[in-house]
Amino acid sequence: MRVTGRLFARLRDIAGRGELPREAPAGANVAAVWSSLVAEYPELSAYERSISCAVNADYSRFTAAVADGDEIAFLPPVSGG
Amino acid sequence: MIPSTLITAAPLDHAALVKALDGSGIGAVAVFLGLVRDHNKGRKVLHLEYEAYEPLALRGLDLIVAEAREKWPAVTLAIHHRIGRMAIGEASVAIAAASPHRADAFAASRYAIERIKQIVPIWKHEYFEGGDVWIEGATADPDNAAAREEALRIACA
Repeated sequence: MRVTGRLFARLRDIAGRGELPREAPAGANVAAVWSSLVAEYPELSAYERSISCAVNADYSRFTAAVADGDEIAFLPPVSGG
Repeated sequence: MIPSTLITAAPLDHAALVKALDGSGIGAVAVFLGLVRDHNKGRKVLHLEYEAYEPLALRGLDLIVAEAREKWPAVTLAIHHRIGRMAIGEASVAIAAASPHRADAFAASRYAIERIKQIVPIWKHEYFEGGDVWIEGATADPDNAAAREEALRIACA
């Protein structure tokens, strides 16, 4: 199946772009999508313990399963306000 | 009609925000503006650029409004956050809380800004004299009850 990884702020700078189409095997979860991004951009691994994730613009968990067409976002610590 | 929550690239108009709040039974409006400061951690700040994951940021603001309504049922809250490039002194966030009495208006507006800093996916990119850096604060988790308790504690202190 095909999913879209989304990266923001410093994570987007590391990857050089904010939207990354990925192939994911059936039954893959959010963590697997993250791992495939880290494999391509090793610098992302520094954020392993501080990121949040969202599936289709709703906060989610790394154990959540992903489906074909999903948008999987990875969010570094926030700094709004 | 001005929405109660908004992520926008346009300059914020807090007077319009106040006007948009329902005036019936209101005895107090607390307005909080967050401004771009000219210094941060010893650095001379030149300007900021805010980025958001817009659909989720809007949901986050809506969640904060819902949480505030649960805690302070008589308060009407509006939160507008600006994104994009901002100069020193410009408002990045405007919060207005209307209430029959002042205590709840102050508390709800304080709660809102604390929660924004906890759970809303917005990031500031600071451009300072000599470089630039992404500012990173809290790991966002709206289900973290301890974070919400902490925001309530600060708001009600």
